[in-house]
Amino acid sequence: MFGLAPALHAGSVPSLLALGAPSLAHLSVLDLAVIAIYFVMVIWIGFYLKSQSNTSEEFFMAGRQMTAWIAGLSFVSANLGSLELMGWAGSAYQYGILAAHWYWVGAIPAMLFLGMVMMPFYYVCKTHSVPGYLKLRYGQGTSTVAAVSFAFMTVLMSGVNMFAMAEVMKIVLGWDLNFSIIVSSLAVAAYVALGGLRSAIFNEVLQFVLIWGGALLVPILGLVETGGWTGFKARLAHNIAIGATAPGDYTHMWRSMGHFADNPMGIHWTGIVFGLGFAISFGYWTTDFLVVQRVLAANSLRSARMAPVIGSFFKMAVPFIVILPGLLGLVVLQNSDGSLMHLVGENVVAANPGAGLHSFNEVLPLMMVRYLGPGLLGLGITALIAGFMSGMAGNVSAFTAIFTYDIYQPHIVKNARDEHYVLVGRIVTIVGVVISIIAAYAVKHAAGIMDYVQALFSFFISPLLGAVLMGMFWKRATKAGGFWGLLIGTLTSIGLWAWVKVDPSALRYVALSPDAKDMAENMYRALWSVSVCAIVVFVVSLFGKPRPIAELDGLVYGATKLPEEEPVPFYKNEYFWMILAVICFLALNIYFW
Amino acid sequence: MHNSGLSIWFFIGVLLTIYGAMILGYGLFELVTRQTTNVILANLHAPIWWGAMLALLGVFYLVKFRPGRAAK
Repeated sequence: MFGLAPALHAGSVPSLLALGAPSLAHLSVLDLAVIAIYFVMVIWIGFYLKSQSNTSEEFFMAGRQMTAWIAGLSFVSANLGSLELMGWAGSAYQYGILAAHWYWVGAIPAMLFLGMVMMPFYYVCKTHSVPGYLKLRYGQGTSTVAAVSFAFMTVLMSGVNMFAMAEVMKIVLGWDLNFSIIVSSLAVAAYVALGGLRSAIFNEVLQFVLIWGGALLVPILGLVETGGWTGFKARLAHNIAIGATAPGDYTHMWRSMGHFADNPMGIHWTGIVFGLGFAISFGYWTTDFLVVQRVLAANSLRSARMAPVIGSFFKMAVPFIVILPGLLGLVVLQNSDGSLMHLVGENVVAANPGAGLHSFNEVLPLMMVRYLGPGLLGLGITALIAGFMSGMAGNVSAFTAIFTYDIYQPHIVKNARDEHYVLVGRIVTIVGVVISIIAAYAVKHAAGIMDYVQALFSFFISPLLGAVLMGMFWKRATKAGGFWGLLIGTLTSIGLWAWVKVDPSALRYVALSPDAKDMAENMYRALWSVSVCAIVVFVVSLFGKPRPIAELDGLVYGATKLPEEEPVPFYKNEYFWMILAVICFLALNIYFW
Repeated sequence: MHNSGLSIWFFIGVLLTIYGAMILGYGLFELVTRQTTNVILANLHAPIWWGAMLALLGVFYLVKFRPGRAAK
């Protein structure tokens, strides 16, 4: 769930941690009952699924029995965590509808590409993981580099997620930080150790339903209050005209993208299209094992291809419950005296303790408190808790699979019985949760770690995209090419990040403009690293001996005979739904141009 | 979603039915006692129609994916 936010929204998560206002909401007995029932349900699911997680294929890959719908909802839900919900709602309040780029151009093309182009190779080669694919394509060295970096990052992300949840619960509800960490980690450890990936997927689908059930009412009531989208725009224009709201174009996505200085995000359209739309988005949605693992669990190649396509429709709809509440907050949130409320940056909140100020990232909880009474508020809070917990569970289940399959099995115990690896998986799940708790407390004592954790994540994902794409679509790519491409691409990303840290004026070279801001830097850095990786793979491979074509069957485009799919009615055909998704995607961008 | 055992949709049905019944029940309590909560648009009685919708959806999944009935 945490994958895109770090690279794209540096500042969002640390901001969440710096919330400084008194607790926003007070829960009734009914709300607490709603939350308690959720915890009972997830533990029940874990115990129920334990009997169906006896083999390694069942524990790590959910038996590859997921339907397209389950895999698709889990795929998109793994990215729909509470940090994203709250962070992007805050961004929408701050920057307007520009934030929706991260849900549309920053996701849909990559999801469709994964389903229609890449998934056949992942699925046909029967790999258990993305590092597993790299092992088949480039050998053990490249796989191990990717596996170690990914295992390290997932478990850290889980800890960051855990701490962020505890911090948000403290701010929104006044709950004790230790209580939130202990309860959430025990619940996650129980249901993932018991039911494995199947349990994580079940809970992600459950979370997805809860998020819609708990959050959808907010924009609906918000639109009723403002008189619909037209009424909202009129009120916003009025507020801007009288100086109550900072001037800016809050309702169009592309018009202000002509120059870095023309929009508050400091981004140029080339950064959005090539940096976000390609380097970051494709890197995350097609090579981050946390999300790809969900699709690999599909019950057939057609389901595996359909899953990201189904997920793309829901992804396109997410701005309705994330971006829209943030926008509506601009015109409906009021102080107790009836004046328009102005949310501010965390630094302002921190500098004015006791002033009753709220930060941008509090916009979603504030909107919930505004509209949701007892029971409904509990459902909204449960949706946030579910989002945090499934984020943790997703990271822990991915960590477990990567560690067991790509580190433990090839390097520590090679030829053990299947039961041994399942036992190791259950133990590693517990260990992963324990490391997450340690990471959570480390973040608590040094919040600056958050910046580095997020940056670290972005270092590995984009170069991985370069290595996977070159390996999947170029028969000539060699083992040495893959290894050095991944390594030098990663070092490029780290080097560019360090360069800007040491000398901020280097931004003009890294992001191509001195007016660029953090997000633009992330996008261009990703673009540089994927480009360097691809170039290194290309050049090194030219000097090496390519593998025989016969060895590339199932791994590389042009060397693989994909299995024939049974003919189905058009409404079950993945190409039909892909075309429909493309039409919806274009229509949304044109409407909000 | 798998050949034997309970579908995830059954669990979702259970949860939505319980939540829907609780929220609908509270909404009806508010309506009868006229003790509306201090939230914006309380006059729309969102707990009643939102709770009813959740409960109906939950019952639908409960019935469709009940134990012993093969999930389609």
